[in-house]
Amino acid sequence: MKKITLKINGELRSVYVEPEEILLDVLREKLGVKSPKCGCDRGDCGACAVLLNGRSVRSCLVLAIETDGQKIVTVEGISKDGLNKVQNTMLDKNAFQCGFCAPGMIISTTELIEKNPHPNLEEIKEALSGNLCRCTGYLPILESVQEATKEEHHE
Amino acid sequence: MAILNDFKYYKPKEINETLQLLSEFKENAKILAGGTDLIVHLKENLVKTENVIDIKGITELNKIDISKDNIFLGSGVTFTEIIESPELKDKLPILWEASKKVASVGIRNRATVVGNICSAVPSLDSAPALLVYDAEIVVQSKNGKRTISIHDWFTGPKQTILKPEELVLGINIPITIHAGVYEKLGRYRGEDLAQAGIGIFVDEIKNYRFAYCAVGPVPKRMKKLEDFLQGKEISDKLIEEATEIIPSEISPITDIRSSKEYRTHMMKIMFKRGLQKSMAILKGGRS
Ligand code: FES
Ligand code: FES
Repeated sequence: MKKITLKINGELRSVYVEPEEILLDVLREKLGVKSPKCGCDRGDCGACAVLLNGRSVRSCLVLAIETDGQKIVTVEGISKDGLNKVQNTMLDKNAFQCGFCAPGMIISTTELIEKNPHPNLEEIKEALSGNLCRCTGYLPILESVQEATKEEHHE
Repeated sequence: MAILNDFKYYKPKEINETLQLLSEFKENAKILAGGTDLIVHLKENLVKTENVIDIKGITELNKIDISKDNIFLGSGVTFTEIIESPELKDKLPILWEASKKVASVGIRNRATVVGNICSAVPSLDSAPALLVYDAEIVVQSKNGKRTISIHDWFTGPKQTILKPEELVLGINIPITIHAGVYEKLGRYRGEDLAQAGIGIFVDEIKNYRFAYCAVGPVPKRMKKLEDFLQGKEISDKLIEEATEIIPSEISPITDIRSSKEYRTHMMKIMFKRGLQKSMAILKGGRS
C-alpha cells in the first residue's frame, strides 16, 4: 500500500492504495465521493468522468496512484455552493430520467464552458459525444446546455 | 471492475531511469502514458505484467518541438494537446483532423499519439496521417537510439517492431506544404473504433498519398492508387477510374462492427469525397 495525497474538490485528502486500484473505485469506496458512476468500466460511456487538473478524464481508466499530488473536481465540488446555472436549467427542463449519466454530462459541460462560455449546438454535441444516456434521447440535455450558455443580450 | 493482476508502479522522472528499468524487466514491464488502452487491457486480463512504468513524470517527453522543416511530438503528447495547437492545425492538418476524430474529449485528454501507435490496433486513427507524412519514430534503449520509419513500424495486429527494452521518445514529422483530410467511418460520434479510415495528402506538384486503417491487418499506404494518380490532373472521370483500384488495395474483414462489403463500399466513397475535399482545400487555400 502506498499513501497518496490529492486535492479533491478543494480539500486535501490522503488515502492508502494498491498500485492496481482504479481511481473510480477509490473515489467511491474509500473516499465516499459518489457522484462518478460506473457504467461501462472501459472508457466508452462517460458516467465516471471527473476533472483531473481541470480536464475531464474517465476515472475508470485511471489508476488512483497516478493522481498522487493532483487535483480532482467532481459534481460534489461543482455544487458546493448550490447548483450552478447549467444544473438549474437541467432541473427546470427535466433533462434527465434515471440520472445515471448526469454527473458525467455535468463534468463534460463544465469543461466545455470553461474554454468556450457560449458554445453552439455543434460544439455542445461534440463535447458531450462521449457521454451516453440510455433514457432521454439527449434532446433535453442538449437543450439545457444550450439554454444555460446562450449569450445574454443587453439593450 | 478491479484489476486482478498485481503489479509494482514506477514513476521515473528521467529517461535514463526508465531505460534502466526497461533493461531490468524486459518483457515484464508495461509503459503507461494515457492508459486508455492499457488499463482496459489490464482489467480484462488481456495483459499481465508485474511492472507498470508511468512516463507522465518525464517532462522531456511532453514537448512539441516545431522547427523549420520538422515537427517532433514527444511520447507524452495527448490528442487534446495536438488539437489545441494552432500551429499543428496549420502544418499537419491530416493528423490534426484525425486527432479530433479519436473517441471523445475524455479519452483525447489522456490518450497519446505514441500510445496509439504502440497499441497498434488495426483501426488506429493516427496511423493514416503518420503514414502519408512519412513519419519516423525515435526510440531509445540502454544501448542507444534508433529511428524507425512508420512504414516498418507495424508488424501485425497489435504488434510493432519495438523491442521490450526500448522506450519511444517521440515522432518526427517532416514539414511539407500540402492539403489533406482524414475520413473516418464510425457508428456514432464519440466512439473509439474506426470501421474504416483513409488519410489523403495532396500537394501543388501533383503528389498524391493515401493510407488506410481498419481495412487490413495493419495500417498501410495505398501504393497502386498513388502510382495511378501521380502527376495527373484530378478530374471527376479520373477519380471514378481510381476508385476501381481500391478493392485491390485493402483486405477488410467482416466482424461485429460491419461487413467487408460495406467497408469496401465506404472506402470508395470516403476516397472520392476526401480527395475532392482535399483538392478544394489545396485550390482555395486553407479555411
Ligand atoms: S464507466 Fe468509465 S467510461 Fe463508462
Ligand atoms: S437519464 Fe438515464 S442514463 Fe441518462
